[in-house]
Amino acid sequence: MKPPLFSYHDPRTPADVVGLLGSLDNAKLLAGGQSLMPMLNMRYVLPDHVIDLNRVDGLSYIHEHNGALDIGAMTRQRDIEFSDLVRQRCPLMHEAIVQVGHRQTRNRGTLGGSLCHLDPSAELVSVAAALDAKVAVIGKNGARSIDFSAFPVAYMTPALDLDELLTGVTFPCWPAGHGHAFVEFSRRHGDFAIVSAAVLIEEDNNGKITRASVTLGGMGPAPVRASEVERALIGETINDKRLREICEPLRKLDAVDDIHAPASYRRQLATVLPRRALLKAHERILAGRRA
Amino acid sequence: MSETRTIAVTVNGVRHEATVPVRVTLADFLRHQLRLTGTHLGCEHGVCGACTILFDGRSARSCLMLAVQADGHEVMTVEGIAADKKVLHPLQEAFRDNHGLQCGFCTPGILTTLIELLRDNPDPTEEEVRIGISGNLCRCTGYHNIVVAALDAAKRLRQLT
Repeated sequence: MKPPLFSYHDPRTPADVVGLLGSLDNAKLLAGGQSLMPMLNMRYVLPDHVIDLNRVDGLSYIHEHNGALDIGAMTRQRDIEFSDLVRQRCPLMHEAIVQVGHRQTRNRGTLGGSLCHLDPSAELVSVAAALDAKVAVIGKNGARSIDFSAFPVAYMTPALDLDELLTGVTFPCWPAGHGHAFVEFSRRHGDFAIVSAAVLIEEDNNGKITRASVTLGGMGPAPVRASEVERALIGETINDKRLREICEPLRKLDAVDDIHAPASYRRQLATVLPRRALLKAHERILAGRRA
Repeated sequence: MSETRTIAVTVNGVRHEATVPVRVTLADFLRHQLRLTGTHLGCEHGVCGACTILFDGRSARSCLMLAVQADGHEVMTVEGIAADKKVLHPLQEAFRDNHGLQCGFCTPGILTTLIELLRDNPDPTEEEVRIGISGNLCRCTGYHNIVVAALDAAKRLRQLT
């Protein structure tokens, strides 16, 4: 249970990181270390070089810009948890992040680390999918932006070139008055979700849904947007019976079968959790209007 | 050959300069090089919480950090909780008085976790304490007396201020 031998690099600028990535073979980036360090300790990964991002300047920030939150890749999950801006402008992310690990891991774990590790049921990965986030990366050919829908290319594999560094993420905010809920089922508090549902809705004054985002995490290699359910919700008013009908087709989604749960159980959760999340989001809209 | 670096780290208020192999975890550095064996290693992959230390005042799992990452930073271990060797910290007294430990293996990680929790939230609810220590595994107590001790410690610390 000790890390393998490697060379250690602690660059100070994003450009230096890109330079190292371009010149070193078999290098791994070390962000908050809450996934990579266990993998090193258990020798699931054997990098020749570890490039530590913890001394790189300028990658930790939370700003509001053009109706979106820009969050730096090395922003600690704890800083997202305690950000008033996140709580006000992106309450879905706040509700999700308190379900990420524990205080001790959120103190170190980062946004960028979680997205690049790309665990299929990681909460922040689902939030990025739910909000149509854009991922900013730099590489030797300069900067580019990747729509989050195109970011996961395979199981735990982000759409990054070998010399690219994720520098920040833009999360478009929904207008004040929207409803949100992040609901997950896990065996213990702090565990990765077996299945999670991230939901955002807007309703008109008559309670009819005008916009919906429904994301399921934990079903397959990457979170899935339930676009048919999103379309079916438009024009509906929220009630339990109707939601059961609308969410039932989610039982047909592909689901993985593993040590944590059989596929059939995941499909059952896929019909239940979005309904619970939609009810909660609706209640929050009503509570906001009463306030 | 193992690559090494020289680091300067302040542990429990004492500055240490040391040369460490770059792959050594902060936990092993504290235990083997500084001989601070109060930091316990249970799982070594970030699940059990026994190795929790405060890194610049924030709780962290020392098995998931490299010693080189502590260069220029401040670390507090369980040995640094009490002001001096003869007097227990009120949190430690509360654990003793409420039978908040049995074998004691998880206790260092729980104490460091609670130092942060009670600093940030001096009057926590029982639920907040339970969530706060949810990243620490204890196989003896069933957690009940740990929670009782934590709430008692909160009360003692509030009376001090």
